[in-house]
Amino acid sequence: MNMLRDNNWVLSVGTFLPILGVVVMMLMPKAQDQAVKFVALVTSIATLAVGIFTAMKFDFDQAEKMQFVAETKWISVIKSSYLIGVDGISLPLYLLSMVITLLVVIYSLNHLPNPGKPKAFFALLLVLQTGMAGTFIAQDLILFFVFFELVLLPMFFMIGVWGGEQRQYASIKFFLYTMFGSALMLVAFLALFFKTGAESFSIPYLIENGGSIAKNVQIWIFAGMFVGFAVKVPMFPFHTWLPDAHTQAPTQGSVILAAVLLKLGTYGFVRIALPILPLAAREWAPYIGGLAVIGIIYGALGCLAQSDMKRLIAFSSVAHMGFVMLGISTLTSFGINAAMFGMVAHGLITGMLFFIAGSVKERYHTLEISKIGGMLTQMPRLGWIFGFCCMASLGLPGLAGFWGEFPAILSTYNPAAGLNVTVYRVFMVIAALGTVFAAAYLLWLYQRIAFGTPKNNSHDEHSTHEELHDVTTHEWLAWSPLLIGILVLGIMPNLLFSVFDPAVQVTLSVFGG
Amino acid sequence: MQNLNLLSAQWVAPTVDYHGLAPELVVAGGLCLVLILDLFIDERKKWLLSIISSFTLLAAMIPVITLALSETSVRSMFGDRYVVDNFSLVMKGVFLLAGYVVVLLSSSHVEEGEYWRGEYWFLLLSSLLGMLMMTSSRDLVSIFVALEFLSIPAYMLAAWRKRDPKSNEAGVKYFMLGVFASAVMLYGMSLLYGVTNSTLLVDIAAKTTATGDFAAVQVLAVVFVIVGFAFKVSAVPFHTWAPDTYEGAPAPVTAFLSVASKAAGFVALVVLIYTAFPLAQDIWQPFIWVLSALTMTVGNVLALKQKNIVRMIAYSSISQGGFVLMPLAVAGMAGSGSSALRSVVLYMIIYAATNLGVFGVILAVSRKTRSGEVSSFGGLFSYAPTLGVLMTLFLASLAGIPPLGGWIAKFAAFQSLLQSQSTWGYALAIIGAVNSVIAFGYYGNVMREIWMRPVPDGDTTPIQIPGSLSLALGITSVATLTFGVLPGVALHFADLAEIAGAIIR
Repeated sequence: MNMLRDNNWVLSVGTFLPILGVVVMMLMPKAQDQAVKFVALVTSIATLAVGIFTAMKFDFDQAEKMQFVAETKWISVIKSSYLIGVDGISLPLYLLSMVITLLVVIYSLNHLPNPGKPKAFFALLLVLQTGMAGTFIAQDLILFFVFFELVLLPMFFMIGVWGGEQRQYASIKFFLYTMFGSALMLVAFLALFFKTGAESFSIPYLIENGGSIAKNVQIWIFAGMFVGFAVKVPMFPFHTWLPDAHTQAPTQGSVILAAVLLKLGTYGFVRIALPILPLAAREWAPYIGGLAVIGIIYGALGCLAQSDMKRLIAFSSVAHMGFVMLGISTLTSFGINAAMFGMVAHGLITGMLFFIAGSVKERYHTLEISKIGGMLTQMPRLGWIFGFCCMASLGLPGLAGFWGEFPAILSTYNPAAGLNVTVYRVFMVIAALGTVFAAAYLLWLYQRIAFGTPKNNSHDEHSTHEELHDVTTHEWLAWSPLLIGILVLGIMPNLLFSVFDPAVQVTLSVFGG
Repeated sequence: MQNLNLLSAQWVAPTVDYHGLAPELVVAGGLCLVLILDLFIDERKKWLLSIISSFTLLAAMIPVITLALSETSVRSMFGDRYVVDNFSLVMKGVFLLAGYVVVLLSSSHVEEGEYWRGEYWFLLLSSLLGMLMMTSSRDLVSIFVALEFLSIPAYMLAAWRKRDPKSNEAGVKYFMLGVFASAVMLYGMSLLYGVTNSTLLVDIAAKTTATGDFAAVQVLAVVFVIVGFAFKVSAVPFHTWAPDTYEGAPAPVTAFLSVASKAAGFVALVVLIYTAFPLAQDIWQPFIWVLSALTMTVGNVLALKQKNIVRMIAYSSISQGGFVLMPLAVAGMAGSGSSALRSVVLYMIIYAATNLGVFGVILAVSRKTRSGEVSSFGGLFSYAPTLGVLMTLFLASLAGIPPLGGWIAKFAAFQSLLQSQSTWGYALAIIGAVNSVIAFGYYGNVMREIWMRPVPDGDTTPIQIPGSLSLALGITSVATLTFGVLPGVALHFADLAEIAGAIIR
């Protein structure tokens, strides 16, 4: 595989800069809350600056090639090396993680959830950022695994310490599910290593040599990876940790979980499972597609049954990730492009929806949909932003959500050669029904929350009129990049498709066309 | 007159390689010094003994390093019965450093308790000397002598708090079951001698092999010897002494037992498997497979229910022992011998650093709470953030979460299992993977107490950590992090650790 090695320091710097921030924070004396916040802000701005520099130096005409590739010895005894690089598939997600972290830091400056402890909170946030960015740049399976796992503990604590009432249950459930998946994934990685001659863990090497593994062995190895990634996505039936985690996590945790962490799973499919094990991918694809459409319908029905706004958004994630997985399961460049777009769009939109949920909770002291009403009259700006995001989430053309959902459905009309067309067309019909459901639950949600008259009597007694203020400056700062992103990508989807497409084509070349 | 001449002619003093024996000699000298000084120095100056002990162990590291750097890679003494090879040097280093950390953990504990201080250090050093000898023993007799040398002081250490019934129970249980295990093992050894007419491991290897089937006596001999060490490493179903002993013994002693004493058992097991029974893998492989699967599963499941932190760590260390055994279950298969040995050594190195760290935090916290309950860790992060973070790191390492040391240990174990490319290896790897998830159930429970639960009784007085304890925590936490982020450091040593004369590769 062709690799460009210019400027290969930028990725390491961009990934590990947050750790530097953590170290600085740790060295600071106690009770310096403002200084801690300042360090967190500076670190995340600097990280994003490095990210933007990376994007500027990125050669978009060769987006199919790994760029900024750096390789150093790491664990030579087990033949794993520190091999990193980005191509058109990873770059947008890599940047997304940096943007989201910065926005979350900005939002947290004066929205720190109980019980405070800014030092620990921001330190975990920055460690999380290193893990997320590292996962997207790792080109070695062991390195990927380490970064993939690095996000676990910070998220565990973020949910468990700063979360809602059921936080302890939710955090341990999140952890056990994910760890179960990654344990099997690790075993699969090792099996892959030995079946390709015990030469290297590097992903490019394995892509070249993985295809020659016998088909039945591939199917088993794929099964291990499937569990690891599917838990993270999460796919039906491994999704049950998600509603709990999302509902209990603090706003910041939900945003990061929805915007970036879920993508680690889908990214794993596209980067690792499909290209390394093409024969197994063909066998598994219909099942993945089937689970994906079940997820779409199940998530939508779940949404309709929720009375809690945050839980509803969490279930909508299950449905949206179903579309992403459906696109991947077609094994066509069209479908995978759609899936990649869907990942970014879902990150922006659902991240934004969780921000709004956080602000609603802060103002109304409840997320019970039945206790909220008339938001448009009380807080018109927040109401309109919420409406905008609901529209984006249900896939309104012209906003980002559309370009993830619609092409994914379309791609199932013509799955890759060798896949059963009839089955996929059935999937297509079901998925299309899913979009109707999506419109139903989102519009209904919006109707109940934003329309009607304010339900002042049902407010918590603490909720005075002053607390029902409209969008604050911090919120504007944290939100506007996401809102602009949703709009711009909706109007000009080619901005992203043109980056993804060359890399997707290369990824799919193992399927012989 | 002629007879006398004959006698003197027959007896030739063996040439002793003093350089090769230097680590043992230094420790032996140190423990004599401690014993003698204890008689003469004033009660108020007894703290000197802990200083002497710690410097003895550090001084013993010097010959280990010079031996490692010397040209002669294998030094063989007393007719190949005592061998200093790379494996023994690496393990000597592990024992000495672990012993040093145990001394650091003990010093404040021993000073503050009303115990017999001089004897404490003497017994600790004696036990360590036994462990050093174990790493080099390549003969049934020297293995047995080393085993008793390291065990008997440990029995006494376990019963150290002599007015505490629990400590007495700990010592007695440990002693009874330990002696029982020795008896079983000795019986196995006598059978081995009967079959092979030699006590030298290399000779045994040549004769413990099957042309057709193994004779029943061979099977019994091998199994009995392994059972003896299964007691020592508290493998299920020979683990019953461990929780009670660990809970009753003074905490630093528990740390010592769960790390050094356990590692000594594994050292002997590995040496026997690699040099005495390499051709009998059809006997021990299935046996160790079952032991390993049982040990990690039972240890884990029982740990989930524990309310006492030391008991929980006891069961956790049983379960970790199952992970160490894991690669040995396929060690006899072609091509996985050397990677199995590497992962066993690696696991012991990392486990030693991490588990000693856990005990360091337990000791520090119990100074304030005077309680062994898991709930006494409630809200630790809010009033002692450093201890809270350290405990989290150690537990995460035990759970095998990257980027902390434990993950590479587990990874290497999985790797050698899969390297065998056998159904047995795959099956055990799956069992191990599931178990590493279950384990998080109880490690996560302690983390939950530390981070998410309120402080019991709202008592948030800060914890005073004595300097030696801080040093121990510093060493163990740096090691745990370094081994995780740069696994090459530990892997390098584990990779060097080859047993001279080992037949399986």
